[in-house]
Parts: sequence; C-alpha cells; structure tokens
Amino acid sequence: MGNNVRTILLEKSAFADNDAEADALREKLKKEGVFLVNVMSSPGAGKTSTLTSLINRLKSSYKVAVMEADIDSDVDARSIAKNTGVESIQLHTGGMCHLDAYMTETGLDAVDGKSFDVVFLENVGNLVCPAEFDTGACLDVVILSTSEGDDKPLKYPLIFEKCDLVVISKIDAVKFFTFDFDKCVENIRMRNPNATIIAISNRTGEGIDALTTYFTNMINKWKEN
Amino acid sequence: MHELGVVSHVIKEVETVAKENNVQKVISLTLEVGEVSTIVPELFKDCFEWSKKRTELMQECELNLVILAAVTYCKDCGETYSTTKHGKTCPKCGSKNTYLITGSEVTIKDIQVE
Ligand SMILES: Nc1nc2c(ncn2[C@@H]2O[C@H](COP(=O)(O)OP(=O)(O)OP(=O)(O)O)[C@@H](O)[C@H]2O)c(=O)[nH]1
Ligand SMILES: [Mg+2]
Ligand SMILES: [Zn+2]
Ligand SMILES: [Zn+2]
Repeated sequence: MGNNVRTILLEKSAFADNDAEADALREKLKKEGVFLVNVMSSPGAGKTSTLTSLINRLKSSYKVAVMEADIDSDVDARSIAKNTGVESIQLHTGGMCHLDAYMTETGLDAVDGKSFDVVFLENVGNLVCPAEFDTGACLDVVILSTSEGDDKPLKYPLIFEKCDLVVISKIDAVKFFTFDFDKCVENIRMRNPNATIIAISNRTGEGIDALTTYFTNMINKWKEN
Repeated sequence: MHELGVVSHVIKEVETVAKENNVQKVISLTLEVGEVSTIVPELFKDCFEWSKKRTELMQECELNLVILAAVTYCKDCGETYSTTKHGKTCPKCGSKNTYLITGSEVTIKDIQVE
C-alpha cells in the first residue's frame, strides 16, 4: 500500500450534480411543453391555499397536476384534489427537508408529467435549503405571508435571490401584523431586482386576477417556442 | 434531514469521478464547508459514516471537513468583515448594504485514491 496512492482534485460544488440534473430536466420539459412550477415558503405561508385559488382559475384552459412534497402526510394532496378536482399526488421525501431534481423527476414520472400543460410542485415548507437544490422547475416562486414580517428577504437572502416570482399572501390580515409593504418590496428588490412581486389574499380573492394573468403569460411563453 | 441529502450528492459526485479514473478505492475526501452554509458538521459526519457503507468505492473513506470562515463585504465603505461576528451590519460604518462573499459554499476539494 502507499506507492499507488494519488490525489484527484475536484474543486467542485456539492450541488453541481444536482444542478446538471436540473438543467437536463428543464430541457426535457421544454421539449414536452410542460411548465413545471416550484412553490416554496415557510410552513403555513399559504402554498396550498394559493395553489387552490390559482388552479381553479387555470384549470379550464390548461391540464394541471400538483405534486405535494410533505415530509409525512398526504393532507395537502387530498385538500388540492378535493378543492380543485385536478390530479394531485404525494411525493415521499423520506424525511428530507427539500426536494432535489432527481426526486422531482421521479414524481413527474409517477404523475405522467408529459400529459399535462402545467405541473405545480409544493416544496417542503422551509426557506433555507429548497433554495440550494434546483428542482428543474421552469419557474421558482416564493410565497411570503404578511404574518411573517417584511424582513424575511434579509434573513433568507438566497431563496429570494433565486426566485422569479414573490407572492405576498394574506394581505387581508396585514392590519394585525407589523408589516410594511413598501419596506418589504425594497427588501426583496435588494436581493433580486428582477423578480415579479404580486400581493394576494386567498380569503378575499384580491390579487388572484393578477396572479392568473401572470401565470397565463408565463405558461404560453414556455409552450410557444 | 438536510445533511443526508447533501451527503448523497457528494457521494454520487465522488463515485462518478472515482470510476472515471479507474480507482480501486477512495481513501479520503476533503470537503470545504462554509461557516454559514446549511450544514451542521457533526450531523454531516454521522450521515457520511452511515452512507459510505452503502457505496462501492468509499467503504473505508475518511472524511476531512474544513470549515471556511464567512466573510461579508460592505458596499458603502468597502470593508470586509466576519459574518458570524457582525451579521448584515457593517461594523465600520453601520450600513446594512452588505453581501456575503464567502461562507455559504459546500465544495468537494479533493480525494485520495488507490
Ligand atoms: N387570512 C388569510 N389566511 C390565509 C391566506 N392564505 C392562506 N391562509 C391560511 O393560512 C393557513 C395555512 O395555509 P396553507 O395554504 O395550508 O399554507 P401552506 O404553506 O400550504 O402550509 P404547509 O403546507 O403546512 O407548509 C390556513 O389556515 C389558510 O386558511 C390568506 O390569503 N389570508
Ligand atoms: Mg401546504
Ligand atoms: Zn434540506
Ligand atoms: Zn461599511
């Protein structure tokens, strides 16, 4: 032993293989004309409620499916099925706090992703590590509720840097919390000058029109070329 | 659990490179972990020990974790400072217009192989 020991330099990010898988998945989705949306937020910020509001507007024009990544329950998958009628499945994350591109692709195979126009992925509720693992989605969405405070973009910079859309949810409840809307927009802008920001309420329906228009445009653009 | 997910990506990467290089076995692995990355070193080590038993070439692989200090840069005065000591607020001028330069990465540096 010893004489044929050698060192191989890698100098490579631990996330590099996931990034490559995610890029390959996105390319495949582009060819198939499937628009995959990754929805991230803290627990309880309103992922399932917002998907329900949005899907009820989109389902007459598009074939929609939902993949729910809960650590251990199928509550959200059942809630989506009941309140929207669209296909929804439970992804088993095996206790993992995030989804990676491989798990996402496995889920897409299970739901027969290519027979849909839009597939929504409700990621595990957490603002930290879903940001580090590209799922292969065509659009990354962060939902921030007014009850969480306007400083979240400062505390969790990466997820706000990487997203395409920030949905500010529960605006009907803004008066109960110390949430400064302009400050929040400024904090998001500091991290991400290009993200679209849409404020909504799943209670009153405010902002759901704007959200529907945004998604309609994005889906059509993805399927166009 | 987050660490297990990262470990499985690291192992996949290392095994791929090892196979490409016709390696018999991987003796050690050096990983650089930023101070403010999402990795808890002790948990990571446990996950690694558990996972390596299920690999082809890394059964006896020793893990060297090198912790990399986190450094933040102040856009207003140009100061660089320790992120874990001062957070987002520049200790020199008090500005919050700052960003992280290093400290969040997880990098596979090198492997020793036979
Ligand atoms: N007032 C108000 N409540 C809302 C709104 N959106 C969601 N909620 C409530 O917030 C709670 C959590 O909403 P969910 O949609 O389950 O949130 P989630 O992010 O899917 O939660 P997890 O999957 O558990 O992480 C529920 O009680 C919803 O009724 C809103 O716009 N306004
Ligand atoms: Mg939910
Ligand atoms: Zn995680
Ligand atoms: Zn400064």
